[in-house]
Amino acid sequence: MTPVLRAASNILVHAPDLVRYGSKCFREIASQGESFSRKLSGRIRSYENAVAYPPNQVFIGNLPPESLTGMPSPWHGHPIPDASSKGPFGEILPQESFYPLLQRADQFGLVMLDSDKLPLSGFASNAASALVPEGAPGPSHKTADILRGIESGESIPLEHAGALVGCVRRDHDADESLDARVLLENLAAKASGAYALSRLLVQEKIESGQVEYIISCSEEAVGDRYNRGGGNLAKAIGEMAGCQNAAGVDVKAFCAAPVYALIHAAALIRAGVVRNAVVVGGGSMAKLGMKAHQHIAKELPVLEDILGGVAFFLNSDEDEGPRVNLDIAGRHEVGRPSSPQGMVEALVCDPLERAGRKICDIDKYAVELHNPEVMLPAGAGDVAMTNYRTLAAVAVMRGEIDRGDIPDFIESHGMPGFAPTQGHIPAGVPYLGHALAGMRAGTLNSTMLVAKGSLFLGRMTQQADGASVVVEV
Amino acid sequence: MDLENQAAIKKLADEVGAENLMVVLGMPSEGVQIAAETLTTGDPSWAGPLAGVSLRLPVFHILEERVRAEVPADVYREKLELMEMVLDLDQIEKGLAEIRTKR
Amino acid sequence: MFKDKKVIALGERDGVPGPLIAECMEAAGAEVVFQKTECFV
Repeated sequence: MTPVLRAASNILVHAPDLVRYGSKCFREIASQGESFSRKLSGRIRSYENAVAYPPNQVFIGNLPPESLTGMPSPWHGHPIPDASSKGPFGEILPQESFYPLLQRADQFGLVMLDSDKLPLSGFASNAASALVPEGAPGPSHKTADILRGIESGESIPLEHAGALVGCVRRDHDADESLDARVLLENLAAKASGAYALSRLLVQEKIESGQVEYIISCSEEAVGDRYNRGGGNLAKAIGEMAGCQNAAGVDVKAFCAAPVYALIHAAALIRAGVVRNAVVVGGGSMAKLGMKAHQHIAKELPVLEDILGGVAFFLNSDEDEGPRVNLDIAGRHEVGRPSSPQGMVEALVCDPLERAGRKICDIDKYAVELHNPEVMLPAGAGDVAMTNYRTLAAVAVMRGEIDRGDIPDFIESHGMPGFAPTQGHIPAGVPYLGHALAGMRAGTLNSTMLVAKGSLFLGRMTQQADGASVVVEV
Repeated sequence: MDLENQAAIKKLADEVGAENLMVVLGMPSEGVQIAAETLTTGDPSWAGPLAGVSLRLPVFHILEERVRAEVPADVYREKLELMEMVLDLDQIEKGLAEIRTKR
Repeated sequence: MFKDKKVIALGERDGVPGPLIAECMEAAGAEVVFQKTECFV
């Protein structure tokens, strides 16, 4: 069986009032109190601004990645006129439509919403409304009950447009893994993952019952205190999206997980274990506002106000899409150096060489596509550009190109970063929607996804990691 | 610069004395100046433990000519040479020179 | 220049990572007292 990529979808959720629960901002508010909270509120973008933000328009497919190159900067100061929240393979959900999805994701009475304060007058999206087939996501709660939980310290508030509209409560008074903020983080990943999956199914008119297997590459450590990180968010997401006939499992590998998940899904199809599989990644609430203090100091909008999500559908019908070429899948062995050069050699050169190909034979490389406008003001590098330069430098060392050709190589084989800094979400895979469009139009033949993971963040090893795979017609 | 790293470096400077420490950076050019400034005159974003703290540590970048010269040639060739093509050396040296005038 | 000096190695994942700086500095005779790789993503 040849695994093929039939469809990809990318979603964004504008979540300005969840930024305060991102790891960095939560700690800043705890140490600086309301003064940081006020600074944050003063720099939050409107939903309309988030929709019109050029990189977000690229993410949902309304603009090609290359269009960012010629656009005036800063991008946040040059919104796209008449921008739509819907694109050919993605969409952007407003916060008021996401809170009901959070409540729908919850089966344990953790999310309480007051429907008087947040009336649900239809969803802004068919993919979102498909997740709430009965119309209401759950019972409405009285403000007094919501306030009681917050005052007792059991719950954390959910706000929208300056008003208290609900809360999320902890489910154990001594289990840190079931703390309200941890549960909100997990529910946000589940709800945004299910939304990405629903968008994929609606977009491609795929019956939810048809899906056989789901691999979640979300980053959250779902579990209680005895099995923190135990996982299987995949089945929780599949259930929420109505995939009654699907089994599922999580793949964890920091930011490299989406590419591992794609390889695993394709391998299961090639081995004949399943006929089709979905890869899904929900958003990372912890990373909201990760660099907000630097954005605030530079008087920029808080650009990390967006949860990202991705979903792909793989099957074995060769008429339906380009193949995931498992013969060109790169892996970073334990004995390999974790230097950028070592990563490129392991992830790009070795698998290409095994297949008798050269670096320049691949049309487009989709590396970690972090939006540079989020990174640079924070004193961090342009991740995508640095990765392309490393790739080009390796091509120079191998005699494939001249040193003077580096800029041309990057222009023709690379692209500017356009994905929200959501860890795993930018891992090459947001390009798949664009790649599918290019391959169907005959303008692109091959792309290699190259993702890296910072294993050292978990303090179990100093190593980095990565995975890569080629998708081609 | 990462706030936890600021805290760790501040603690280290308190323990062994800033005059006994040197810093060698490895980030791409964009972050060099901010990191160097943070470790010289304090955190310019006023968000971290080094806000308003002038450690005045000597700060270098691993790819600077005089730092490279200290690394044995075989180690340099194997581990670092390629990064010369990746990171913007001029920008890195410019950023560091500017901060060094403040020391 | 670095011989017997106490060095802080502060790398970044997509630039030169901390362990690599530490390795080079140790080869240059320094004592690496703190080594970190920053990751902003």
